[in-house]
Amino acid sequence: MIFLTRRATFSASHYYWNEHWSAEKNKQVFGRCANRNGHGHNYTLEVTVAGEPDAVTGFVVDLKWLKDVMEREVLAAYDHRHLNLEVEEFGAGKLIPTTENIAISAWKRLQPAIVSAGGARLSRVRVYETPEIFAEYRGGE
Amino acid sequence: MSAAAKASFGRRFRLSASHRLHAESLSADENRKAYGKCNNPHGHGHNYVVEVLVGGNVDTDTGMVINLAELDEAIVRHVVDRFDHQNLNLDPAFRNQVPTTENFCTVLFGLIQDALPVGELERVRVEETENNFFECYGVQGYRG
Repeated sequence: MIFLTRRATFSASHYYWNEHWSAEKNKQVFGRCANRNGHGHNYTLEVTVAGEPDAVTGFVVDLKWLKDVMEREVLAAYDHRHLNLEVEEFGAGKLIPTTENIAISAWKRLQPAIVSAGGARLSRVRVYETPEIFAEYRGGE
Repeated sequence: MSAAAKASFGRRFRLSASHRLHAESLSADENRKAYGKCNNPHGHGHNYVVEVLVGGNVDTDTGMVINLAELDEAIVRHVVDRFDHQNLNLDPAFRNQVPTTENFCTVLFGLIQDALPVGELERVRVEETENNFFECYGVQGYRG
């Protein structure tokens, strides 16, 4: 089994806000991240797929195909966007765009295309919010 | 999204410390042979990077596995403040073992596991230089 990882970067703004909480509690839990004017990051998306190399091509997956899938399914929606205001899953009252939720949401966006291609399976999605902070999702509950 | 989605949160911390690799049970010659430059009597130092990976359910109220500020507070208090700008050989954790980065990683895993306010410690990675690192995994195993 080979694990193959491709990286891509995107830049986006966000803020953390739980609609069911008071402004005071939001500020207490989320600190500066609750600033309603938002702030931004240069994110790195790392997608790992697992499978056996094809007997003819030697590829687990074609890297160009994986790049296109990442761009179409994730970057087209997230790059240079305000996640809370412009991305469906992070709309008001929905998911808070934490690094954890971005990793889970990116997985859900990528999974159908990777499943329908057959072959390699999605193994891990890791999202770096900064070089020092990341979250990863490996599927399942 | 399911309320019980499990994800992992990673955070990198930096600390600078000195150490000397020297085993009391070995002769001077054997120590030099085993540890080379790392056995030099006055020690040397590294800028260590400690990467902590915490697994757990994503809290549906906060969207978080663990609050970054709480993780930082715990790790700085129990790990960074203890070892940063110190000589590892003089720390009680290394009274009876050589402060190789393997042993440092194991010590850190135990300290971080005890200090974690929430979640399960899945992995600790200690980077001694840009070219070498060591990893310790939790009992539950890491499915990466």
